[in-house]
Amino acid sequence: MASWNPGDDVVEVVRGPEPGGAGGFYRAFGETLRGLKTTFMRQFEDVPTFQYPEEKVPVYPRFRGRHRLHRFEDTGLEKCVGCSLCAAACPADCIRVVAAENTEENRVSAGERYAAVYEINLSRCIFCGYCELACPFDAITMGHDYEMSDYNRSDLIFTKEMLLTEPLERTPLRAEGE
Amino acid sequence: MTVLADINYVEPWWMQILKSLVIFLVVFNFIPVALMADRKVLGRFQQRYGPNRVGPFGMLQPIADILKLVGKEDFRTWNSVAFLHRIAPILSVIAAAAAVAVVPFGPVVDIFGTRTGLYGMDVSIGPLWIFALGALSFYSLMLGGWASGSKYSFLGSMRAAAQLISYEVAMGLSLIGVLMTAGTLSLVEIVEAQAGMWYVVPQFAAFLIFLVAELAETGRPPFDLAEADAELVQGYMTEYGGSKFGAYYMAEYLHMIVASLLAVTFFLGGWWLPFGIDPPAWVYPIVVLGKMLLFIYLFIWVRATLPRPRYDQLMSLGWKVLLPLATLNALVTAIIVVVTD
Repeated sequence: MASWNPGDDVVEVVRGPEPGGAGGFYRAFGETLRGLKTTFMRQFEDVPTFQYPEEKVPVYPRFRGRHRLHRFEDTGLEKCVGCSLCAAACPADCIRVVAAENTEENRVSAGERYAAVYEINLSRCIFCGYCELACPFDAITMGHDYEMSDYNRSDLIFTKEMLLTEPLERTPLRAEGE
Repeated sequence: MTVLADINYVEPWWMQILKSLVIFLVVFNFIPVALMADRKVLGRFQQRYGPNRVGPFGMLQPIADILKLVGKEDFRTWNSVAFLHRIAPILSVIAAAAAVAVVPFGPVVDIFGTRTGLYGMDVSIGPLWIFALGALSFYSLMLGGWASGSKYSFLGSMRAAAQLISYEVAMGLSLIGVLMTAGTLSLVEIVEAQAGMWYVVPQFAAFLIFLVAELAETGRPPFDLAEADAELVQGYMTEYGGSKFGAYYMAEYLHMIVASLLAVTFFLGGWWLPFGIDPPAWVYPIVVLGKMLLFIYLFIWVRATLPRPRYDQLMSLGWKVLLPLATLNALVTAIIVVVTD
């Protein structure tokens, strides 16, 4: 019975030329010069940096930024009917909805009920977009804003009024083919 | 009493004070320039802008850095040696700054009717003075690392010691060719001897050896084994903070400036311009400083390109490659000098 020869399993290793000696010196010197040329040429290329606060990175149309709540454009009524499906879908459990009945005098939404309280805790939100998917009336969508930092945690709990209003500064949108 | 060194030209005392003040103010003001150039040019090499927030084009960044360092708490570890820990960074700056004293920025010219050499002093032992101060700066690294009472500092200073000693030898030997060709040890006379041809041409091998050795001497990347931020957390500077760290930081750039000035003096013909252009005397210091900036650019360029060698590679490069080459260069130069004499 033939014993196992470890040599059969050894993959042949391809090694570079031996370091040292005149040849090694020549190679090292040449490679150094090649490297110097490579870095030198980099200086004349464009810098891809965005100068952020002045120059914002444009986002794609389907970018999932800060949420928006929507109204019907013709009647001005809120689309949200307070069904809490978004809160149920939210994996981070950051949406709180308290529904109330619409009345003849106080009609807020087009449906039977409306969201009396609608809060999103953005410090917990993971921007997965499930709320958008869950919403049967397209009342909540993910907007394009990504500048949401604040000094206070409680300031990151966005109320219904904040979500309904237009953002103060519009985030640049990526142009076609960009 | 034996005279250890001659001073070739002595001005009136007031002119000596004046010119030393001017030289040190100018050279010290090149530290923030070098610092800024390091960060901006390195940024361009890496296709980014570098600092551009403080002041126009970020030009006030060095001031912001220095203010931050000076404003920090001055602390040391409990097992450090207070006196040595304090004196080491100072020594580093002094050793680097004192080397500027012998660098020539121009020949003897008339200023306010006084014959003045555009240099700190013209000693007859120029290179020896520089090597002595180079050895002193190595003490500052060694003391700083040892007095810190930290193993990383100690390892870093040990590496620095070995590195500096090995490269000092190669650097000294590479300069011997220049000294033999010029036939003098005075830096001013060495520059004057380069009027016809800069020594970078006949002494090209020595120039390359000197460059590599100076890279290692200044502890700049790729030879920053002493600091090696990735493995030794800044080496001998680990336990330093605040203005002491600032002093080391300043000394590093001052070393770079001094090394560039020395390379200009020994190989790039000091204040001489090529093609026999002879500008008025006030242009000479500007020529020297311009050539110095070229070398600083080269330092940054090499830093942007080459990775740090392993420690044994560093040692074998110093002893097995640079030292024999420098010796060979000295030997060949000696033969040529004797034959053509």
